[in-house]
Amino acid sequence: MQTALILGAGSDLARALARRFATASYRLILAEPDTSLIEDLAKDLEIRSQAPVETVAFDALKPETHQAFYDSLSVKPDVVLCVFGYMGDQLKAETDSAERLRVMNVNYTGAVSILEVIATDFAARKAGTLIGISSCAGDRGRQSNYIYGSAKAGFTAYLSGLRNRLFHHGVHVMTVKPGFMRTAMTEGLDLPEILTAMPDRAAEIIFHAFTRKRNVIYLLWMWKWIMMMVRNVPECVFKRMKM
Amino acid sequence: MKRKTANWGNYPTIEADVLTLRNQRQANEFIHRDGPMIARGLGRCYGDSALSETILSTESCNNLLAFDSEKGILTCEAGVSLANILDVFTPRGWFLPVTPGTKFVTIGGAIAADVHGKSSGSFCDYVLSMQVMKADGEILTCSKTENAEFFETTRGGMGLTGLILQATIQLIPVETAYIREETVQCKDLDSVMDLFDHMGKWTYSVAWIDCVATGKNMGRSVMMRGEHARRADLVNSTQRRDPLNFHGLPKLDVPIMFPNFALNNLSVKAFNMAYYHKCPKGAHEHIVNYDAFFYPLDFVNNWNRIYGRRGFTQYQFLLPMESSYEGLPVLLEKISSCGLGSFLAVLKKFGPHESFISFPKPGYFLALDFPITKKLFALLDEFDKLVLKYGGRLYLAKDVRMKPEMFFKGYENADTFCERIKQWDPQQKFQSLQSRRLNIHQ
Repeated sequence: MQTALILGAGSDLARALARRFATASYRLILAEPDTSLIEDLAKDLEIRSQAPVETVAFDALKPETHQAFYDSLSVKPDVVLCVFGYMGDQLKAETDSAERLRVMNVNYTGAVSILEVIATDFAARKAGTLIGISSCAGDRGRQSNYIYGSAKAGFTAYLSGLRNRLFHHGVHVMTVKPGFMRTAMTEGLDLPEILTAMPDRAAEIIFHAFTRKRNVIYLLWMWKWIMMMVRNVPECVFKRMKM
Repeated sequence: MKRKTANWGNYPTIEADVLTLRNQRQANEFIHRDGPMIARGLGRCYGDSALSETILSTESCNNLLAFDSEKGILTCEAGVSLANILDVFTPRGWFLPVTPGTKFVTIGGAIAADVHGKSSGSFCDYVLSMQVMKADGEILTCSKTENAEFFETTRGGMGLTGLILQATIQLIPVETAYIREETVQCKDLDSVMDLFDHMGKWTYSVAWIDCVATGKNMGRSVMMRGEHARRADLVNSTQRRDPLNFHGLPKLDVPIMFPNFALNNLSVKAFNMAYYHKCPKGAHEHIVNYDAFFYPLDFVNNWNRIYGRRGFTQYQFLLPMESSYEGLPVLLEKISSCGLGSFLAVLKKFGPHESFISFPKPGYFLALDFPITKKLFALLDEFDKLVLKYGGRLYLAKDVRMKPEMFFKGYENADTFCERIKQWDPQQKFQSLQSRRLNIHQ
């Protein structure tokens, strides 16, 4: 039985992904800062996968603990999904240094810190898959969310480099750029229905892409074209726009 | 944030505060907010039962919590859908004991409406216990023996006793994911009622009935009855190799609202005639998967959109057994002569059953879909008079328009129900547009 480790198991997308992997009979390890939040999910997954599910405390904001965290896992995973993220509040982040550091530290520093630990193990074992949930916001910085966007841009670039490095060791790295999703993170936002993925659907698409060893995916096909347009607006025009 | 919300009938559409419940801890926080609120699962009730100023969406509260694989007893959160349960447990040889005509309803909704289906029994007959958060935040465990009064009021209580958090239900063992189905063409109402009365031992039965046909064809129907197929019943090697799984056809989708004129008397008449004649004369037996047998309409996503922006409602009534033979022909005559064609009409006979406030009791059920039009509600008021005359009542989960007296006369325990609600929820926290329309809180 293969094992999947989910980093940041408390989110709606993580829950949907965990269930999708459980349905495919993966044994699951759920990592989250406060494990009491995922106890019910663990029970759910045990029923679905008919295998024991482990919950472990993990905090992206404490990079010094990451090596010890990974070493403490009783079973080393075959698939790692790096799902945690923090969108934060752009306006707050412009004036509040704690907020902007948190955005950068969760989405970039924390993610790189843990994945590098795991990458070293996977490279040595010459097997495994790493899936990183990045963001369309990282494709180009926009005034409405560039702190988050720049951290995700860094994460996207990191995953690209990691994919290049690990390819030579037989390890696959997949980058996911979700676009709009109906989750707790986007609750209260007025999202256009046609561009918005539900977590269950998103998990299905990600799982399918994982089995086909895709490199970089957008969840809904429209996003590929939308982001291509956004990326190709000349800077002298782009800077005048309000996005 | 205010969000445009409507239930399955797309009528009415209101702006409501939708609070998504993600775990039981949040329930306590949400429930102490001001203003009236009601729980809502997947919104498959037709009318205004799950609409209020504030809606507690339980869709994301959907963890399975415990499963006894020896006895088939499942405990899960209220937002788990029947589709989820079938996906996980049918491959292990367990099936739902009662299921309505769609699998996209939550456990919470199934309990609140005490849904029924093709079998004889309602959903709550198989609910062993549940946990409900009352208006004051207290979590009550109830069952047929523990807090029994609260249990019997919550089943079919339309979410007015409290917020259903989790339930323990009994599943039934099956050998396959298939149903041995028999269809029988019946030339008129007498012959279909006769068939229902001499059913024998079929577990599942329902009849599609042509409500447009008049004269000697009035009440012509196609009876569909079924039994869980045993392994030996399976006919081909694909089924035999993997009897508990099947690959259904890809789903269809109705991506946009149809224009209002798409469903008119002519198209309804043509559909009904085709449906009747499609069925071979006499009895006909075959093996179908459970999706095809129980959920033919789920195959088309958003099928409610064929009724257009005006929306539609379902008029579902029951007549008690003793008055059915006299009352049904009268009502059917009225329906077929009124000129409002019902695209889908379903007749069902329901056997012995105890109920406090939930809809099912012994008798005949007839369900008809109608697009919302100017003259519809006046006509349905006339139907109501006949239903009352024969001692019948309407199904709350489908209703969007009945008057308070229809509820109070149709449901013999309505007054006691209202008293109990007042006692458990003196602030009247749990209110739906429906409960207010029916004067349940006065």
